[in-house]
Amino acid sequence: MNLNISALDFVQEVKTGNISVEDFVAKTIERIQNVDDKLHAFLSVNEKSIDQARDIDKRIKSGDKVGDCFGMPISIKDNICIKDSKTTCASKMLENYVSPYDATVITKLKQQDAIFVGKVNMDEFAMGLTTEFSAYGPSKNPWNIEHVPGGSSGGSAVSVSAFECVASLGSDTGGSVRNPASFCSTVGYKPTYGLISRFGLISYANSIEQIGPLTRTVKDTAFMLNLISGLDPNDNTTIDNKNEDYLSGIEVGIEGKKIGIIKEMIGEGIDSEVLSATKDAISRLESLGATCEEISLDMVKYSVAAYYTITATEAGSNLARYDNLRYGYDFPLEGYEFNSYISKARKKFGPEVTRRMIIGGFVPSAGHAGKYFLKALKVKSKLTNEVNEAFKRVDLLVSPTVPVLPFKLGEKIDDPISLFLVDINTVTANLTGKPAISIPFAYSNGLPIGIQLMADSSQDKLLLQAAYALEQTVTLPEVPI
Amino acid sequence: MTMIGLEIHCQLTNLNSKLFCPCKANYREFEINENICPICMGLPGSLPRLNQEAVKKATIIAMALNCSTPEKIAFFRKNYFYPDSPKNFQTTQLNIYGDTSVGGKGSIMVGDKKIRITRIQLEEDPGRLIYEGSSSKNQITLVDYNRAGTPLVEIVTEPDFETPKEVRDFLNILSDILANLGVADPSLEGAMRADANVSIEGGKKVEIKNIGSFHDLEKAVHFEITRQESLHSRDIEIIQETRHWDDKRKITVSSRSKEEELDYRYFLEGDIPWIQMNDEIKKKLQSEMPESISSKKERYISKYKIPSQVADVLSSDKYYSDLFEESHTDSNAKEVANIITTDLMGLVDTREKREASKFTSTHLKELADSILSGKISRNSSKNALHEILKTGKDLSDVIKELDLGNVSNESELSGIVTQVISEESQAVEQAKSNPQTINYLVGKVMQKTKGKADPTLTLNLLKKQIGV
Repeated sequence: MNLNISALDFVQEVKTGNISVEDFVAKTIERIQNVDDKLHAFLSVNEKSIDQARDIDKRIKSGDKVGDCFGMPISIKDNICIKDSKTTCASKMLENYVSPYDATVITKLKQQDAIFVGKVNMDEFAMGLTTEFSAYGPSKNPWNIEHVPGGSSGGSAVSVSAFECVASLGSDTGGSVRNPASFCSTVGYKPTYGLISRFGLISYANSIEQIGPLTRTVKDTAFMLNLISGLDPNDNTTIDNKNEDYLSGIEVGIEGKKIGIIKEMIGEGIDSEVLSATKDAISRLESLGATCEEISLDMVKYSVAAYYTITATEAGSNLARYDNLRYGYDFPLEGYEFNSYISKARKKFGPEVTRRMIIGGFVPSAGHAGKYFLKALKVKSKLTNEVNEAFKRVDLLVSPTVPVLPFKLGEKIDDPISLFLVDINTVTANLTGKPAISIPFAYSNGLPIGIQLMADSSQDKLLLQAAYALEQTVTLPEVPI
Repeated sequence: MTMIGLEIHCQLTNLNSKLFCPCKANYREFEINENICPICMGLPGSLPRLNQEAVKKATIIAMALNCSTPEKIAFFRKNYFYPDSPKNFQTTQLNIYGDTSVGGKGSIMVGDKKIRITRIQLEEDPGRLIYEGSSSKNQITLVDYNRAGTPLVEIVTEPDFETPKEVRDFLNILSDILANLGVADPSLEGAMRADANVSIEGGKKVEIKNIGSFHDLEKAVHFEITRQESLHSRDIEIIQETRHWDDKRKITVSSRSKEEELDYRYFLEGDIPWIQMNDEIKKKLQSEMPESISSKKERYISKYKIPSQVADVLSSDKYYSDLFEESHTDSNAKEVANIITTDLMGLVDTREKREASKFTSTHLKELADSILSGKISRNSSKNALHEILKTGKDLSDVIKELDLGNVSNESELSGIVTQVISEESQAVEQAKSNPQTINYLVGKVMQKTKGKADPTLTLNLLKKQIGV
């Protein structure tokens, strides 16, 4: 049985009776058992997966109604809550935390009979872009296990890329879906802010982050988006997409579309292989009938600084609740006064989270907010204006997803600034709320290179159409694991 | 000059659910930590789900206190660690980056004095700490989160008060207004709380916190003024600080906590989008507002000729004015007002008594009508009222059971009148020369009938038999 199969093909095969869900899920679990020692994508595996698959087979046989996923094995980033399952955020702080409720995306996927094969690795509380900041050890890039898989949704990208599941849900605060998708050669999607409910996604920087699918194909992403997007009374920031069907018309092409090439994202610091791949992508877009022109987004040069200032501020507040009083890990309270207890309890946070907590305590504080936090908000608003202006002239923006090739494990872990700069091409979509996608495009020495497309707010359908068109020009090699 | 300012917190007790989740706003009826959910417990991944009704109610308060209301309402996070706060930040409002709290500058009159309102904001109440253990050594702190997330309106005043009495009068008026708006029941334990800022001429501002009741607030302010004046008279500097009200010793005590130094790192709450308050919405809210206390009072005076003082009492207490509105007619209004303010008031002056009372507006209407038609005397009506409060029985049954009905049978009453005339010959002679004194004889008849004689009939019979 071939596990290298798209979500849509999986559904088709199950529907036509060519494969049984039980067989496929059992094979998937076997695959996890075989390769995950090396890759470490999973933090926990759902032991009931096969039982659930068997049940769906039964229902298919007896002609009962079965949801659109037909038992598709999906992995879930460990910052998205599944009822009665451990949700650790790859942190020791939540080592034993079991969520008493389902995230909205989980509720929706359960209704469509998806099977959650397991929770996958990430940088602790989604802070990082390599998974090296997971408290449970890094994941490895299936294309070369000496290299990082990207992050923070590294486990999601690895599990999709290495056929340990058919699709995955990650979260994207500054590129955390698109970055690992690019490094591991999968599709990674960050929707328009508010398109997918964040209820049940453990907040890192809530004003800019979104849950997003990681899949093998652009169509699979559209399929997933159909299932999980839309208004949610539990998330006041969700937008009404009127039950948009992102799959219908996805093949219309990009004839006549105008595409802007973001100058600031193909300049200094870019790897030459990444640059040439980007140029190749531009010429393919043109050959598909689009016109490309270079445009400048002046504020991009401040975007990473603004991004880290804003996210640290929000993280400082969002992670304040982890005082170990109501839930957390085993650490008795007796004999402590509140403040001394929590400062001790919070020592379980890893180094990157701690670094950002410290920054988050400083940049919005009285006397410093004007210099840092408020200035960052200004950059955010100016950048948004710039991007809005750009979308008056062009339909889409193109850039490499990440300016560099996947680097080696340990290579940048002690150099936070150079690590931060890897985010330069992805944070703009988060700061402006725009949708963005990374698709597998090229390879250099066996390491994947992704191309990013960005569209205006609520133009998710157009974005997927363009990504699909470009995807059709690419042939992927087999993952070497 | 003494300057006192207040920060009043009022729970919107009449709402069904908490500010950001479906748990009950009326947390009081729950066992400890039974009125909680992932949202008000701040569990990982939960998001606030704004109670739109709370925004409306808070806006109505702002309107009633003559505050400006913004076009857009925003929420902010106030960041601080405390065990009663499940998220370790409070979702509240802030006007530093433009006026976005539910209410801006306003004012209310306390007698002839205008008290200015600085702002009104909507926020969440924290949980409740319960201390156990006898000494500080073995003291443990327990937390009950049932209250966490209850909608709370904070009303901040300018330092316009000069005496503790003014403070007390203001708070009485304010709680009447809030009750009249139907947004809160200020008589509920803990529903209304206040902190005070006190400063005297030449001294710094001192904040007093942890004051349990309005009664204690007046005491605390009084104590604080005396304390500061005493320091001042001895040339001791009055420093800016936060003090706590020690309920047992009835004094204020300096807080050792460094609350003034706390930096709350306020920033916009991204999980709650800005709320648009356009003129249309505001107009609609305005039209839905209940009649104000002052308008009620004016109406009672001009329409029913109810005396000003009676109208004052009647209009300012929602319980009384609701009773009045439900039971009065054009003809019995004055009598209804009378019964409420002279007979009923003393019997239902506390929340507990009101809850225990079985007296309804129907009873009130029947009682007033029966007095007016002579079925029952005013005197007997008091006995009937007592009985109804306890039992909730129909007035007619009560009259029968307790034999409270007026003696309105003419022949029966006529006999009694004849008897009185024969016994009181001196008074009869007096009444002949001075008809005013006939009331003495009416009183005698009343005595003989234990107050049940129909007064009008009695008077007529007396006049007829004496021949005046």
